[in-house]
Amino acid sequence: MIYWQIFLAFFIPGILGYGGGPSSIPLIENEVVDRYGWLTVHEFSEMLALGNALPGPIATKMAGYIGFQQAGVLGAAVALFATVAPSMIMMITLLSILLKYKHSPQVRKMTQLVRPAIAVLLGIMTVSFFVNSISVEGAGYIHTIIIGVASLFLLEKWKIHPAYVIAGALVYGAIFL
Amino acid sequence: MKQKDIFIAFFRSGMLGFGGGPSAIPLVHREVVLTFKWMNDEEFSDVLALANALPGPINTKMAGYIGWRVGGFWGMMNALFATAIPTVVLMILFLTLLAAHKDKPWVAGMSKAVLPVAGVMLGVLAWDFVVKSKKSLGWLWAILLVLVSVLALEFLNIHPGILIAVLLITAFVLGSKKKEKQVKGGQS
Repeated sequence: MIYWQIFLAFFIPGILGYGGGPSSIPLIENEVVDRYGWLTVHEFSEMLALGNALPGPIATKMAGYIGFQQAGVLGAAVALFATVAPSMIMMITLLSILLKYKHSPQVRKMTQLVRPAIAVLLGIMTVSFFVNSISVEGAGYIHTIIIGVASLFLLEKWKIHPAYVIAGALVYGAIFL
Repeated sequence: MKQKDIFIAFFRSGMLGFGGGPSAIPLVHREVVLTFKWMNDEEFSDVLALANALPGPINTKMAGYIGWRVGGFWGMMNALFATAIPTVVLMILFLTLLAAHKDKPWVAGMSKAVLPVAGVMLGVLAWDFVVKSKKSLGWLWAILLVLVSVLALEFLNIHPGILIAVLLITAFVLGSKKKEKQVKGGQS
């Protein structure tokens, strides 16, 4: 049952991703790359990069695209539903309880303790992206270093908008790779 | 034209927000508090705190809840649709186009060149999380939790979901204890 798998693949990251969409990126990767094998690491990183070049929430963009790629429009709908609905339903039904707890130490601690784990998950993904990039199917050592260092400076030091950096990388790749 | 306003508010904040949901929060704030005046600042920060207490993407939670308050069930559906669907359609078009032409050498080059950029973005995000952990937990606990996570994920091959669930439960228990202490301690 592909629809059930799609539902699970996005439901789990949705209910475990504390701190908004970006923290669910590694959880989604774990499901769609490691467990179901719908995408390779390379395809996932491509999707993430292009997703970052487009506006809008990242979690729904990934869910919609992967769902569509696996099972068409209905697949996209299932993936989006699994991403959005559980927390949405909780938010509306648990409103009165949540209002009482919104500044509680439990909630603050939950976000705090999960952060280092998310950092590690993101770090592991980063490493696998670079390992992929320097391999034969990727850009190779030299280009990876050039693009990596250039985008680090452009994004972090000069605060260039990610959409321009991605566009620049696409042009670089079309010409040199 | 409440439904039209809801659509415009969340379509705009979705289409103009780059870098994922959390970075679009100020845009949502501008639409909801300044442009359409559905809430005041205090109510908005209440909703934000509420949304942060729950898992899942932050932007759709905000959109859905605000849409629900302003326009009922259909307001919620409308706001969710306006936030998520336009950018999903863009994403599908963009990536399908790329996939259709991936045997052309220059398109293959593009797909290779984008990988290191994704790596850098992710690395920066990871570092962001480390810095935030250090700020809230201090270096000792931040590093300890990082090491525990590396051990669990890389060497014991524990599913990240299980690790996070354990951390959440631990946090809940620790938080509850702290609360008791505060109650016993009196004024603080």
